Amino acid sequence: MDAAPELQLQSKQRFRLLRKLARHRSFRIGFSIILVMVVAAILAPAITQYDPVAMRIRLRFRPPQAAFPFGTDQFGRDIFTRVIYGARLSLWIGLSTALLSGLTGAMLGVLSAQYRKFDALLMRLMDALMALPAILLAIGLTAVLGPFTSSVIIALSVAYIPRTARIVRASALVTRELEFIEAARVAGASNFRIMRRHLLPNAMGPLLVQSTFVFAYAILAEAALSFLGVGPSPPTPTWGNIIAEGRDHAVDAWWIMLFPGVAISLATLGMNLLGDGLRDTLDPRLKVET
Amino acid sequence: MLRGVALRLLQAIPVVVIFAVLVFTLLHLLPGDPAVAIAGSEAAPEAIERIRQQLGLDRPLLEQLAAWFGRLAHGDFGTSLILNQSVLSAVVERLPVTLSLSFLSLTITVPTGIMLGVLAAYWRNSWLDSLVMVSALVGVSLPSFWLAILSVIFFSVTLGWFPPAGYTPISQGLWPWLSALIQPAVVLALFQIGFLARITRSAMLDVLDQDFIRTARAKGVDEWTTISKHAFRNTLIPVVTVSGIILSLLIGGSVVVEQVFALPGIGRLIVQGILARDYPLVQGTMLIFGFSFVAINILVDIIYMTVDPRVRFG
Repeated sequence: MDAAPELQLQSKQRFRLLRKLARHRSFRIGFSIILVMVVAAILAPAITQYDPVAMRIRLRFRPPQAAFPFGTDQFGRDIFTRVIYGARLSLWIGLSTALLSGLTGAMLGVLSAQYRKFDALLMRLMDALMALPAILLAIGLTAVLGPFTSSVIIALSVAYIPRTARIVRASALVTRELEFIEAARVAGASNFRIMRRHLLPNAMGPLLVQSTFVFAYAILAEAALSFLGVGPSPPTPTWGNIIAEGRDHAVDAWWIMLFPGVAISLATLGMNLLGDGLRDTLDPRLKVET
Repeated sequence: MLRGVALRLLQAIPVVVIFAVLVFTLLHLLPGDPAVAIAGSEAAPEAIERIRQQLGLDRPLLEQLAAWFGRLAHGDFGTSLILNQSVLSAVVERLPVTLSLSFLSLTITVPTGIMLGVLAAYWRNSWLDSLVMVSALVGVSLPSFWLAILSVIFFSVTLGWFPPAGYTPISQGLWPWLSALIQPAVVLALFQIGFLARITRSAMLDVLDQDFIRTARAKGVDEWTTISKHAFRNTLIPVVTVSGIILSLLIGGSVVVEQVFALPGIGRLIVQGILARDYPLVQGTMLIFGFSFVAINILVDIIYMTVDPRVRFG
């Protein structure tokens, strides 16, 4: 068969999907929120002149004003600057967690749909990991790995892999029984080829949707870890750290803890909206939530 | 039915064993020597060595694992280092707090979440639907600890309605108990209401599209009976399926919320143990948590089998 028409069709379909996405209202809102945050995070040094960690005691506890739009904290650090640098870390942790848990989960899910013996063992292991709430597992793992960004990423990924693996496995188990897989097998396709060319691509929709939601959970969970004192250690400006540090001054200097919380909520909301849009577009069977 | 229950119980055995091994391995990877942590960094090397022997840390890992399993089989979950108390009794002591919080939070979550979901589905694409769905989405996007602090500032500090922190047992009166728990319970419930409302709405929409609803309407069954008897009951089936997730969210959320409100519950115990590197405490608490969780999930599945015959025979 000639490959060209097939390719053309695929790109046409892809274009139609993108157009549908671009018209989806919640996707547009979510995408805009995340885009603004990503740009602000990347351009952080250009947006603000202050240093996110250097202390200037003289300027402590300044309420929001022109020079410090979000006010300053007990060490005279500009909250706006800290929130923007915090966005770097939070978005980075969210993205890495979504990618790492997505890739690993996809691999494990497809493997376990293809090899039944492996499946029995792996799914029991996943069940065991899910015996603890994700956040609790992540707290334990981060404590073991130490107060670093990489620990948080690994801990959150491990916590979310079981759910992703289950979703990919469920999709691959359905695909596996379809006729074209049989046809591929008759044509001499290896297990590896079937997994890579058929099972994985057909699980892409649910995988992408799930990863978007993992991104959102990861932002919330990272903030909670930092707040509990097991995340990246202060003075690293994570959103959770800023709130934890501002907690004792929450009554008199409310601005310290207010703005990072708004940032967490916006980022999570943005990712959730994005995920809803992706789900409606990529998985019409699930198109129930507008 | 009986066969289904037995099968489910059998499936749980490897899960529990693997879970226990995971927890053991995890905690033995902890950086820093627990013996040093207990004795203090200025302790004499002999003292540290003695503690190490006491804890069995000088023996091979597999031997430690075997010994640990032996103790578990006797119901011994270890002894906390900072509390000087058995982990089991420490957990049992704090159980009423976490149970009270979970119970109250569920009482708020379940009716509210289901009702909002049903209303949104019934008046699909109306302003009410949009309002419910937007609130649900905001509910699952707010960090609970932040919301908790804001709530304390507003309701405890400014208005003075509720105590800002701490727990009062129900034996000292219903109101003191309720006023200590109402803020954390509502904060905890918000996330789950959002989650439950979204699930209920999509389940209800699925049911409303089914032929038997059209049939009911066509044969003149009044709208209330159609919704409450035919649609709502079938909506509950997928909703029961997610009760495990709700429970997981509830327990996970309580770890964070208990911390903000200084509630002496199990979640706070775990965080305390982790920060103090009290690893027998962390190990034991996580195990008890995990075991109860597996047990509750089995229970949910059995209820599910009783409610929905298709699952039983499928």
